[in-house]
Amino acid sequence: MKNLIALFCGGLFGIGLFVSGMTDTTKVQGWLDIFGNWDPTLAFVLSGAIIPMAITWNITKRIKKPIFTDRFPEKTEQKLNRPLIIGSMMFGMGWGLSGLCPGPAMASLSFGGWQGLMFFFTMAIGMLFTPLIAKYLK
Amino acid sequence: MQPDWVSGLSGGLLIGFAASAYLLLNGRIMGASGILGGLIDLTGYENSLERLCFLLGLVLSPILAIQIAGGHDTQLTSNIYIIIASGLLVGIGTRLANGCTSGHGVCGISRLSFRGITATIIYLLCGVVSIIFFKKLLGLI
Repeated sequence: MKNLIALFCGGLFGIGLFVSGMTDTTKVQGWLDIFGNWDPTLAFVLSGAIIPMAITWNITKRIKKPIFTDRFPEKTEQKLNRPLIIGSMMFGMGWGLSGLCPGPAMASLSFGGWQGLMFFFTMAIGMLFTPLIAKYLK
Repeated sequence: MQPDWVSGLSGGLLIGFAASAYLLLNGRIMGASGILGGLIDLTGYENSLERLCFLLGLVLSPILAIQIAGGHDTQLTSNIYIIIASGLLVGIGTRLANGCTSGHGVCGISRLSFRGITATIIYLLCGVVSIIFFKKLLGLI
């Protein structure tokens, strides 16, 4: 059942990304291009996603556990550390460079051509080697 | 064609509903980089089937959407060096930071997580800097 739900949620996420236009890299780069031809679409996408999610987090405080598992994810320690800051900086630079983040990169795999496949491949390589890099940041 | 903000908002709501269902039913945070990354570096080995199912849905569902809505183009650059540099930065960056736009942005901000909000501010600012640097100054993109 959990796997079926995962399939459904992934599917809904993919359709949401597609409908919102976030699989179009020019829209993302347009959002970041605040001194150029600014495209505000991403702000609507983020707000549209955050509002239902904020309600859901409130619901999780009232019910004891998720339907199919034992507990909700606990809030991790809220300290800022070097990996969080350096990682987010790297991600931001890469995000601006291509206009792709991990979700849309996967949602557009079926129609993104060799460029999309290439991006996904190098992103996966980066993820594979991150544990080695993380050691030096501690 | 409807105005962009309508499709942006409705697509955003769908993303929010997907994240809500994943949390309420499976008790999981819907973060694209975490779900994929945990499969790649094997830290998420024990629930790999659930992760695979999620990714399968994510990759396959736009194919259906295209049949109905039509129109699809990522307009991603064909400059292979930019693709490689960007892919590595996004892959390493999101795993180091433990989240991307969906994990830190959608799920973190909505929970008022200090780490999620900080990460989002940092990657948004660096995204803007990246555009200024590579587009405006160097003219690469």
